[in-house]
Amino acid sequence: MANNSTSLEARKLELWYRNFQALRDISMAIPRNQITAIIGPSGCGKSSLLRCFNRMNDLIPGSRVKGEVLFDGRNIYAADVDPTEVRYRIGMVFQKPNPFPKSVFENVAFGPRVNGLADNLEEIVEHALQRAALWDEVKDRLHKSAMELSGGQQQRLCIARTLALEPEVILMDEPCSALDPVATLKIEDLMRTLAGEYSIVIVTHNMQQAARVSDMAAFMMMEQDRAGVLVEYGPTARLFTNPKDKRTEDYITGRFG
Amino acid sequence: MEIRTAFHKKLREIQDDILAMGSMVNKATLRSIEALKNRDLNLARQIIADDQKVNQKRFEIEERCIELIATQQPMASDLRIIVAVLSIIVELERIGDHAEGIAKIAILIGDEPPLKPLIDIPRMAEKTVDMLTRSLDAFIKRDADAARQIAMEDDFVDELYNQVFRELLTFMMEDPRTITRATRLIWVAHNLERSADRVTNICERVVYAVTGKMEEIGGSKY
Amino acid sequence: MRNGSAFKRHLKLRKIKGGLFSTLFLGSTLVGTLVLIVLLADVLRDSAGWLDWQFLTSYPSRKPEEAGLLSAFFGSLWVMMFTALFSFPVGIGTAIYLEEYAPDNRLIRLIQMNISNLAGVPSIVYGLLGLSLFVQALALGRSILAGAMTLTLMSLPVIIIAAQEAIRSVPEAHRLGAFALGSTRWQVVRRIVLPSAFPGVLTGTILAMSRAIGEAAPIIAISALVYLTYIPTNPLDRFTVLPIQIFNWVSRPQEDFQHLAAAGIIVLLVVLLSMNAVAIFLRNRYQKRTEE
Repeated sequence: MANNSTSLEARKLELWYRNFQALRDISMAIPRNQITAIIGPSGCGKSSLLRCFNRMNDLIPGSRVKGEVLFDGRNIYAADVDPTEVRYRIGMVFQKPNPFPKSVFENVAFGPRVNGLADNLEEIVEHALQRAALWDEVKDRLHKSAMELSGGQQQRLCIARTLALEPEVILMDEPCSALDPVATLKIEDLMRTLAGEYSIVIVTHNMQQAARVSDMAAFMMMEQDRAGVLVEYGPTARLFTNPKDKRTEDYITGRFG
Repeated sequence: MEIRTAFHKKLREIQDDILAMGSMVNKATLRSIEALKNRDLNLARQIIADDQKVNQKRFEIEERCIELIATQQPMASDLRIIVAVLSIIVELERIGDHAEGIAKIAILIGDEPPLKPLIDIPRMAEKTVDMLTRSLDAFIKRDADAARQIAMEDDFVDELYNQVFRELLTFMMEDPRTITRATRLIWVAHNLERSADRVTNICERVVYAVTGKMEEIGGSKY
Repeated sequence: MRNGSAFKRHLKLRKIKGGLFSTLFLGSTLVGTLVLIVLLADVLRDSAGWLDWQFLTSYPSRKPEEAGLLSAFFGSLWVMMFTALFSFPVGIGTAIYLEEYAPDNRLIRLIQMNISNLAGVPSIVYGLLGLSLFVQALALGRSILAGAMTLTLMSLPVIIIAAQEAIRSVPEAHRLGAFALGSTRWQVVRRIVLPSAFPGVLTGTILAMSRAIGEAAPIIAISALVYLTYIPTNPLDRFTVLPIQIFNWVSRPQEDFQHLAAAGIIVLLVVLLSMNAVAIFLRNRYQKRTEE
């Protein structure tokens, strides 16, 4: 049931890309101000599920969604909901750092600008960069190209860019897969800091990362017809020490490929 | 398809080693009673010396577990098995220490005349050894039910201990000169009773490894 | 043990092959370059003494020593101005529509295919189309406007394709990033796609213009006027352009007119090269700006 401790909730969610069913019967409640990790083998639909949460799948021609995703008690797929508003309130960080070819400042200011929040931009940008633990590293080069930052800094810039809109939920699609271990740990640390104020959903290939960083963990798999299903969902500590489903056990102990 | 073949092979090797360590400890327990019965001081000294090997084995297994944790990041049942192994080897080592303790008592008794023929004490030893063998078997077979069953059998050893204790008490009351010898035999019985308790602990670890639940089984009366 | 001598023998053979091909490719490169140099040298020699201020400031004449290309030069300038004015917005608009907005269906694929094919249609065909459509049907007459519209038609496919390439080269990750921040499609196009694609679009457009300025065929089809002794002052005036003037001189039997043609070619080449230089300059400038 959606209540105050639930931020997002998928109900009997199904996703198709033309004739191919990518997700089947996904029901899960994302807790508010906690980190939820989604793990599973390649192609199990975990990224597709993540993109259902901010309607990014709408951009893919031929995609269709059935079921509901409740956000603040409202179905984000209802006819009167504008996907632009959904994405404004639910941020997303991608697998490869994708700063725009603009200055550091303009990258962070981008979201507020397109959404018509151009007042106190300086303040918003500084605040967001501070939240993303990047301010000290870039405060002297705000107007230089974001492309000159290191990979880890670029990814934190992308997080800052999202934070500038003060979203309620941040979706992260394998945010560390292109980063070295130190940059990865910095992002994980940042995620833990942000957790108390934002609901974070992270898709990751790295089980240890999911175990380290998340409060709740979901394991997904694909069925015979390659449709992704949710196998098991529960508190991270429980899922990684004592999974209930044999398929989860086999996957996380590496007895399954 | 098995993916982490090398890791799981190492994990199986560790479990084989647990069985080896269990049989070392069982042998020590049985031989300590034999030394006691037969007044075999050489055997007793041998047991004391052999306990070093048990301790050695424990450290060896422990190091391998730590190495697996550090390098392989085991999860789920793999993690539980390693955690269980780390506890089980401590219990096994202590059971070995109890056998060593009995051997030391045998040396202490030396060639004093026997107080009475040993009947219940060997039965306690046999029961303890039997329970230990079966509990390790349950561990290898991931059989939580068997482990719970074995733990309940600790009551039988406890009863034997009470019996030995009462019997020796009557000896001491009848003839205070027997107090020294009787007390020593009570120590022996106490060592065995402790060993059986430790088997119960092992059983609890087996249940954890299999089900992921930490539970107290039976509850020792002592 | 590996067979070392077989490896060495084979290695030698491989190295010979490598050398052979690199020489061959160098040869191909030299053929083009040499021909260009010979051509330039020939034209420069022919024009020697004819390319002067008088040549640049005079109208055509029957007397070679009094002839110049003033009217053709301004005609070309007029036509190019209008061609750019028409083709740039239409071309870039089409490219944006096709790349960012159009659904992936049969009709769009058909349109796309036609655009690609139109880029290969001979220019004289555009001339004939311009003649019947603009000159006659729209009654624009043999005017600058009709000429510019004809050249616009001819340049559009090239501009569209170049712009599409430039738009396609904008990383998808940037678009997704902008969408994820709550941008509308137009905001994504305006703030992300166009700034990144602009240098490419600009280069494509200027190259298409360079081709258009050198075209004689379509202009001949709509406006065969050669003796124009005034500078056009409004878009509906008649006109002539540099290639036609050059063509006219070349086709005369007198030796002196050949020298005039060579001088005209030099002027045309200078105009072309300056346009290319502008393209390169603008591309570099915008590239730097978007990377900052």
